[in-house]
Amino acid sequence: MEAIILQILNGLDKGSAYALIAMGLTLIFGTLGVVNFAHGALFMVGAFCAVTLSRILTLSHEVVDPTRTDFLGNPLKVDVPYAYDWFGQATGDAIIDWAVPLSILFAVPVMIIIGVVMERGLIKHFYKRPHADQILVTFGLAIVLQEVIKYFYGANPIPTPAPQAFASSMDMGAALGFEAGQIIYPIWRLVYFVFAAIVIGCVFAFLQFTTFGMVVRAGMADRETVGLLGINIDKRFTIMFGIAAAVAGLAGVMYTPITSPNYHMGMDFLVLSFVVVVVGGMGSLPGAVLAGFLLGVIEAFASLPQVLDVLPGLNQIIIFLVAIVILLTRPRGLMGRKGVMEE
Amino acid sequence: MSKSNFTRRGVLRTGAVGGAGLALPTIFTSGASAFTNEPTGGTVTLGFNVPQTGPYADEGADELRAFELAVEHLNGTGADSGMLDTFSSKALKGNGILGKKVEYVTGDTQTKSDAARASARSMIEKDGAVMVSGGSSSGVAVAVQALCQEAGVIFMAGLTHSNDTTGKDRRANGFRHFFNSYMSGAALAPVLEARYGSDRNAYHLTADYNWGYTTEEAVRSSTEAMGWNTVNAVKTPLTATDFSAYITPILQSDADVLVLNHYGGNMVNSLTNAVQFGLRDRIVNGKNFEIVVPLYSRLMAKGAGANVKGIFGSTNWHWSLQDAGSQAFVRSFGTKYGFPPSQAAHTCYVQTLLYADAVERAGSFNPCAVVEALEDFEFDGLGNGKTLYRGDDHQCFKDVLVVKGKENPTSEFDLLEIVEVTPVEQVTYAPDHPQFAGGELGTCNPGA
Repeated sequence: MEAIILQILNGLDKGSAYALIAMGLTLIFGTLGVVNFAHGALFMVGAFCAVTLSRILTLSHEVVDPTRTDFLGNPLKVDVPYAYDWFGQATGDAIIDWAVPLSILFAVPVMIIIGVVMERGLIKHFYKRPHADQILVTFGLAIVLQEVIKYFYGANPIPTPAPQAFASSMDMGAALGFEAGQIIYPIWRLVYFVFAAIVIGCVFAFLQFTTFGMVVRAGMADRETVGLLGINIDKRFTIMFGIAAAVAGLAGVMYTPITSPNYHMGMDFLVLSFVVVVVGGMGSLPGAVLAGFLLGVIEAFASLPQVLDVLPGLNQIIIFLVAIVILLTRPRGLMGRKGVMEE
Repeated sequence: MSKSNFTRRGVLRTGAVGGAGLALPTIFTSGASAFTNEPTGGTVTLGFNVPQTGPYADEGADELRAFELAVEHLNGTGADSGMLDTFSSKALKGNGILGKKVEYVTGDTQTKSDAARASARSMIEKDGAVMVSGGSSSGVAVAVQALCQEAGVIFMAGLTHSNDTTGKDRRANGFRHFFNSYMSGAALAPVLEARYGSDRNAYHLTADYNWGYTTEEAVRSSTEAMGWNTVNAVKTPLTATDFSAYITPILQSDADVLVLNHYGGNMVNSLTNAVQFGLRDRIVNGKNFEIVVPLYSRLMAKGAGANVKGIFGSTNWHWSLQDAGSQAFVRSFGTKYGFPPSQAAHTCYVQTLLYADAVERAGSFNPCAVVEALEDFEFDGLGNGKTLYRGDDHQCFKDVLVVKGKENPTSEFDLLEIVEVTPVEQVTYAPDHPQFAGGELGTCNPGA
């Protein structure tokens, strides 16, 4: 039972990332009709927003420590963060420690700007082109973004830890009536799940309960009619692209303590997120979220040693097997709408 | 009925004369070039095939720096002579190789076997490289080694740790200075026994590819021989970035040691995840839960940050070694680039010097002469103590370092501390050891 609970938690946690990325993909597809293969790269850029802020907060000047030597035997140059000079060591350490949560404030405007620039500068020119062209250009863009990040940050993963207060793990076994030490889970992963749920809730609330959201939903259903009413739907869709980029970016920011960011991390998520979108149903936001969590949990269970003993390698193909089964039985996905991508 | 004018003697005579005529240009050709890419002018070209893109690009960049430094030292154009001064063989004079100035071309392996072969082929066929070196993956090393064997050039492997490189996939034209999975297991086991005891239950997470398998086999074999029990060994996809689903079952197992047979990004993420799940704070069977990383790399350890603290592993070489050779290399490299070299840089630098030295001693660039000069060659002064390039399998035998993640690092380079220098006798194995079975060196191929 403990193993089942742990795998459900793992699945929900991984599913949170899938759901956040897939939701952005679906938003872009539902509004602009663009299959955005650069969306995984936006997740990666978000993660590097956290790396960047962390580096800004640890900007340092060198102080020579004559009592110690470096690897060449010269007096050791010690980096002292400016944050120490400005706020004192204790406050400076606290600010540096909270770099990842603080990055949320940094990432939102940066990602919205990147999203809007991407849409206005490149993707809008491909609205009337076939999906294959859109896939090619966005995939190319993803590679460019990767290489830019690699140029500035290198190819190796960069450790970006959670604040000390959230860096440990929580023994949930005793609280749930099980033996202590059997259900241990990292606090940050629980934070990630709650954070994802809040972001998903905010996006749904924004679309459901604001006039802006209502217009966007109307535009998703019938773009021409909304345009005929004199509403500049293109502008709103551009803003939605920015919001989708920000959601992917936030997913990346908060994921950095779980997986040390590297330039390739977006590609690792991209393919699976597309499967999530297809399984959930093209253009369906609830479908994307549901499929994200569902596939996350199924993938976690397929990685159990007991399962792998019977079916080795199942963990590497399970998501695709589930996708095949769902598409055979429900060709529009779990919650797909009629007419989307069927012309 | 027609009558033929051919006679048996006539056909034989004509055939002999014609055959000799046809063979004549070949004889002249082979006289002009006895082996592939024989250097004829005042220069000799070496091919450095390293990952310049992809996940190991930083390691590849460090390898290139080391190659560049080695070429400077060989040509006598560097600020100093590096390990040329400490190398036990004194054949190298800093005037190139056999008086020819050393030039080099580079290729990008992308850490993909097909890309690595394509770039190596290009360096051999278009640029005239007489030796190929570098790389940061066993899959690439095995693929390029086979290509060099076919092409008739020498392959001096870079960072490759799988047993198979000098085991079932060994080739006469290929040589490995780097240590291997067996050596890691043999060096680690006694240290682990001394620190953690002989009554332990180990759980292996293994990267699902060739290097992962040989490393798991080596560590399991060594630790089980000293009394450890392996409770489970789970293969993890090479593409995995989140290992939580593989780590949580450990909480329900009887394991009190986790062995991460992972390298690169896999190691960074699996170790980070394992620490996040509080494994290091657990007490199982009355013992502290421990984590072991059989193959450490400083560049990778940097990615895992503070999570490497106190965790044991093995490494081929480390910049903090105090022998004269290591010190000379660290001084040269550090002065030129501003930071200490990695183990990948070290092995590439040493391989270049060893090749050049073998050519000097052989008096020829002919691959078969170089093979003969390198086989069973004993040397010292290159950073790992007395070393033997064994003729049976072209594997270097030298001391192996057991290291531990440093508790209080003084800089971003100061991440590992040497716990023990395992003597070469302890990591030496028979050429027909089961973990290396199934391969034959064959005969050297000079090409042309």
